Formats: sequence, structure tokens, C-alpha cells
Amino acid sequence: MRKVTVVVCYDVQVTDAEGPRRLRRIARACKDHGVRVQYSVFECVLEPKDWVVLRARLLSEMAVSSDSLRFYFLSEDVARKTEHHGARVPLDVEGPLIV
Amino acid sequence: MTTALNTLFITLEGARLNKDGERVVVMVQDERKAEVPLRHLRSVVCLARAWMTPELLESFVEAGIHVSFFGMTGRFLARVEGIPGGNVLLRRAQFRAADDGARTLAIARAVVVGKLGNARQFLMHARRDAVEERKPVLEEAVRRLSGHLRALERVEELEQVRGLEGIAARDYFEAFPALLKGEARRFTFDGRNRRPPRDPLNALLSFGYALLAQDCAGALAGVGLDPAVGFLHEDRPGRLSLALDLMEELRAPVVDRLVFSLVNRGQLKPEDFKTEAAGGVLLRDEARKAFLVAYQSAKQVEVQHVFLGQQTSWGLVPHLQALLLARVLRGELDGYPPFSVR
Repeated sequence: MRKVTVVVCYDVQVTDAEGPRRLRRIARACKDHGVRVQYSVFECVLEPKDWVVLRARLLSEMAVSSDSLRFYFLSEDVARKTEHHGARVPLDVEGPLIV
Repeated sequence: MTTALNTLFITLEGARLNKDGERVVVMVQDERKAEVPLRHLRSVVCLARAWMTPELLESFVEAGIHVSFFGMTGRFLARVEGIPGGNVLLRRAQFRAADDGARTLAIARAVVVGKLGNARQFLMHARRDAVEERKPVLEEAVRRLSGHLRALERVEELEQVRGLEGIAARDYFEAFPALLKGEARRFTFDGRNRRPPRDPLNALLSFGYALLAQDCAGALAGVGLDPAVGFLHEDRPGRLSLALDLMEELRAPVVDRLVFSLVNRGQLKPEDFKTEAAGGVLLRDEARKAFLVAYQSAKQVEVQHVFLGQQTSWGLVPHLQALLLARVLRGELDGYPPFSVR
């Protein structure tokens, strides 16, 4: 099965009462499917069926009037098209996972 | 096939694994060392003493992720797996074949042919880059392996196959010192020894074979075969005999090749090892990690599968071979075609 590579970015308005809860739940959905590369940016390498699940979960958590979600679909393996500088180098879930 | 799934290796002593959402979180003391979504994992390999919560173990079992535990030398200790999946009809076919002398002989012979063929290929390849004075040793080993391969065609008893395999292994390992180049000649090799390995090269081989055996066991379980019921290797409690069978043809091209490339390129040095009081030799932590990284990266390297006529990666080879073996046991394929390196 060919995997899809999606970069998920979100902006959640935390000033309203429900804001922090939405932020937490959106982050949790992303963490279950991908790797946090910055505070509100995740890289997800998924089988299409899993992407459908994640997308639905994210859309159901967001508040359309105040939050925004952006999905960037990358044609190929993120690692080769990405540079990372500075702290918190994220885990490469496709590479050797050694801790 | 969901074979591209990854393996999580735990090398930190005292790591605690717990579940958070649909993720595995690895903690050491109070530091969060890693967080991996369960869906990216096929197996978890604990090379250091680690513990995990019952909730996590339950999720592993439900997601079909198997967990294996190794001792410090890379000795296999235990494996946690849910109800064996796959097909009961296939497993029954496997057991029937294992009880059938003629079919056992055919598969065992194929496995050893694969092993010797790939060992010979490995030495022939090394011979090309070897300095002139070392070529005769390698040529002699290649000549002997060719002789054993011819002898295998004529054997009629399983015990003869096992005997030839043992002699061939000795002839093959005798050529090993000739494979060391330059600085790496500081390593010595006086035959294969294990439990525990008594020199650095044997320690590397043992560690590599232990990892490969687990990959093979996982691949076999993945197609629904019982990794413990083998053909060349007879049943023994606690031994994954079929995984050992499947591993034979991959020892030289996967592990031996990696070990010599690491020592010949100076990525591992004799100083990277320590000797225990009992005489066993262990890799130091950093070297063990370097070996694991190299082992995992080697699996990404592309290779041609001659029998299937397709391009694949080394990491998928055990899975493809397990599928071919399943077809043989179901009677869909006449003989087992071992993976052969060109």
C-alpha cells in the first residue's frame, strides 16, 4: 500500500472557554498518527485508510468559525525534502527507531 | 502486505514503556525519550532491561505487535505475542510436511543450498577486492563450498544434509581471517564460538544472527506459519527452528557482510568491546547502537529478487521468503526457492 505523507498544521483559538480543550484534542489526534515537528506542526506518514480516519477526527474536533487546519500533501518522503535546524530534532518514524 | 512497518529497539537500561493515546511513550527516569504511534510498529525489541504497563501490552497484542526480549549479549530470552493469527490450515500443512521425511529432506536441502550458495557468493565477491596474498585462501574456501553444493545434490538422508552443513560452515568460517583488511586485522578470528562469544567478531556475529532470527520469526508468524516447527533444525523446546531454517540463506549476505563492512571501514574497533569475567565478549553501548543503526539501514538497501523477478529491499526478503515457503507447504509450489544473491 502506497503511503501518503501529510504535513498537518493547526491554529486553534484558545481564548474562548472551549479553546484549550480543542487544542489538546487536536494535538492528541495528531500525536496518535504522526510526529510532532513543531508545536502545532505534525508530519504524518500514513496508509490512505489511516489518513481518512485522522482527517475526519481533526475536522470533527475543530471549530470552523475560529480555528484553522492546513494539510500539505507531499509527493514523496519528507526526510529528503526537509531541513531541520536547531532544537528538538523530531523522530523519524520511517528510519531506525532506537532509544 | 504491511511489511514496511518499523521495529522499535529499546537499548536504554531501565526504560519504562507506557501507553498514551495510541502511542508508545518511552521514559527513562523522568525524561520522555521517544513517542511512537502504535500504527507505525510491527515489533518491539528490548535489548536492555525495560518494563511496560499492562495497558500497553494489551494494545500491543491487539494491534498484532510482538515484543521480544534479549539479554545483554543479544541472547534471545522471550517473546510476547497474542493468539497466533494466520491460517490454521496452513499450520496443519506445515506440521504434516515436518512429519514427512521426504518433504523435510527437500526443504532442508533447499535451505542449505541457499546458505552455501550465498556464502560462496559472499567469498567470491570478497576475493575480487582482496590483496593478492589472500586470494588463495578465499579461492580454496569457494572451491570447497562448490564441492559441498555438488555433494548436496546426491544426499538421501536428512542427517547427511546436516552433516554437510556443519562441514561447510567450518570451511566457510576458516576463510574469515582473510576477509579482514588494514587496521581491522587487529581483530582475530579463530573459528566460530558462541554462548557466550569469546572474541569481538563472534560477539558481532551472534548479535547480528539474533536480530536476523527475530526478523525471520516475525516474517514467518506474519504469513501464519509456526516459527518453531522447522525442517533442517529439529524441534527443541524454546527454539524457533523454522526461523533458524529461513535465516540460513541470509546469514552471509545480511549479517556477515555487514559485520565485515563495519570492521573493515573502521566503524567498529577492538576497543568497542569489553570482556566479562566469565570470558564472554560484549559490545559496548555506543557500538551496539552503531551496529543497530547499520543493521536497520542495511534493510532499506534495494536488492533484486531473482526468483520473483522484482526489485525489493533487504528488509522485505524474509517476508517474501516466508510467503514462498507457505506456498510450498500448501502445495502450490514444487520446491522451496531459497533467496539467492547474484
